[in-house]
Amino acid sequence: MRMNLSRGRAVLAARGISFAYGPEPVLDDVGFELAPGEFVALVGPNGSGKSTLVRVLVGLLTPHAGTVRLFGEAPGRLRQRWRIGYVSQRLRLAPDLPVTVEEVVATGRLARRGWWRRARPDDRAAVDHALESVALAELRRRPLTELSGGQQQRVLIAKALASEPELLILDEPVAGVDAASQRQFRDSLVHLVEEHGAAILLVSHELGAVADDLDRVIVLKRRVVFDGPPAELAATGVSLGIHADDLPLWLEELA
Amino acid sequence: MDGLPGMPWPLPWPFDRSYMQLALVAGMVVGIAAPCVGTFLVQKRLSLLGDGIGHAAVAGVGAGLLVGTGPTWTALVVAVAAAAAVEWLRARGSASGDLALALIFYGGIAAGVVLASRSTDANLQPYLFGSILTVGADDAYAVLGLGVAIVVAIAVAGPALLAVVLDEDSARVSGIPARTLNVLLAVLTAVTIVAAMRVVGVLLVAALMVLPVASARLVARSFRGTMLGAVAVGVTSVMLGLAASRQWALASGGTIVLVAVGVFVVVSVVQALRAGAGRPGAGLLSGPG
Repeated sequence: MRMNLSRGRAVLAARGISFAYGPEPVLDDVGFELAPGEFVALVGPNGSGKSTLVRVLVGLLTPHAGTVRLFGEAPGRLRQRWRIGYVSQRLRLAPDLPVTVEEVVATGRLARRGWWRRARPDDRAAVDHALESVALAELRRRPLTELSGGQQQRVLIAKALASEPELLILDEPVAGVDAASQRQFRDSLVHLVEEHGAAILLVSHELGAVADDLDRVIVLKRRVVFDGPPAELAATGVSLGIHADDLPLWLEELA
Repeated sequence: MDGLPGMPWPLPWPFDRSYMQLALVAGMVVGIAAPCVGTFLVQKRLSLLGDGIGHAAVAGVGAGLLVGTGPTWTALVVAVAAAAAVEWLRARGSASGDLALALIFYGGIAAGVVLASRSTDANLQPYLFGSILTVGADDAYAVLGLGVAIVVAIAVAGPALLAVVLDEDSARVSGIPARTLNVLLAVLTAVTIVAAMRVVGVLLVAALMVLPVASARLVARSFRGTMLGAVAVGVTSVMLGLAASRQWALASGGTIVLVAVGVFVVVSVVQALRAGAGRPGAGLLSGPG
């Protein structure tokens, strides 16, 4: 297991995380770290505890054992929480009321500008930039419901980018998205890493278009069963690329 | 009696008399405030929260009648307490929360009826179904004050409330105080109910929170547009309802709500015809856009 900490203090550190919903443990002694600017995928078969782990990492669940540190602070004590961008697994993608692309993305800026304050020019510029970086600037006034699934997912990425986060955590963002949208999604993430030096934790059970850009892959099956560069995983005979079924199949065999 | 003292110019029929002008002030405030709050409740799938808190508020009305103070303020205390309790139960998310809500709602209305029966002025009717044409100047100014508070709160907290009703988890992770904002929305619902109590009554107030939003969502293409459209429908319903209730001596609260129902039916049919012209097979109750 390799720990990539050469690029500075960890933006995210998990140590000895355990969690259970009932008698059955969901997470057992999970630990890893993310350095600034690292692009890491967290993969695992269905039911491996990926989504539970993410909810623990962002502070929505309290682990039964172990510690989480975000920028060196416990999740509940971190004051500048906008430094974390979080794309949850299930935003209600079909809102009951009409809401435009721009309205959704602008909510991502609120925590950084202070939710009770009026938007200033730099807030509007950040929203514009977020929309442009996912190629949705032209659709900004369209209702969310008129967009394709892939476009809607990019809206959520843009919403997370609007606070200019230093750590972006995405929970299953590309499930069921077409290949063209996956490439657009990949470009947005690479742009965030390269231009802003942000760290990314991408949770998925398929790596699709980002496989070549990853610094590390962490494989979770209740505990961390692999943590290393994708080439090392590929050397075991697992292909990670787009249209490759190997990874999901291999993961299911782990189950 | 002629127009209100201080009214800068005479208003045309049906608002040429002072009692109609007071009704207009109170009605307009509610026509604006109720759909503003309702827009967030509908997106949060809490359309009937207003109805429940309205039931609970009856306990406050009964207590006010019994001790002889203005029922507006006792109703406000009870409605806000009920709203806070409901939000606390909702946040815990337990299955028994549903039954606890029923306890609060029906306990409230039962307590109101019993308390009112012990008072000398046992008439709950104006608070249950509204009696806007008997609103006094003090009541109208109280409604105006509550309405201004609601609109200011929505203007300041609206964007953050939108963030929470769209995706509570990611709002919370980014540092937006979602729990506080949920409580704020519940409290705003309670304040709206009390402001609307004399206009349409606690049993019909939820209609003015939800029906204008249901109409606006069929036409609007943004959240902001939905809210503004809902306010337009709310204000229109109040004005037409007041005019009709004066002309034909109808119960004002029920008339206002029936106008809001009528607007929804008309908008739905027009939208269905337009959609049908462009796109065969479009349904009457299909979604926005």
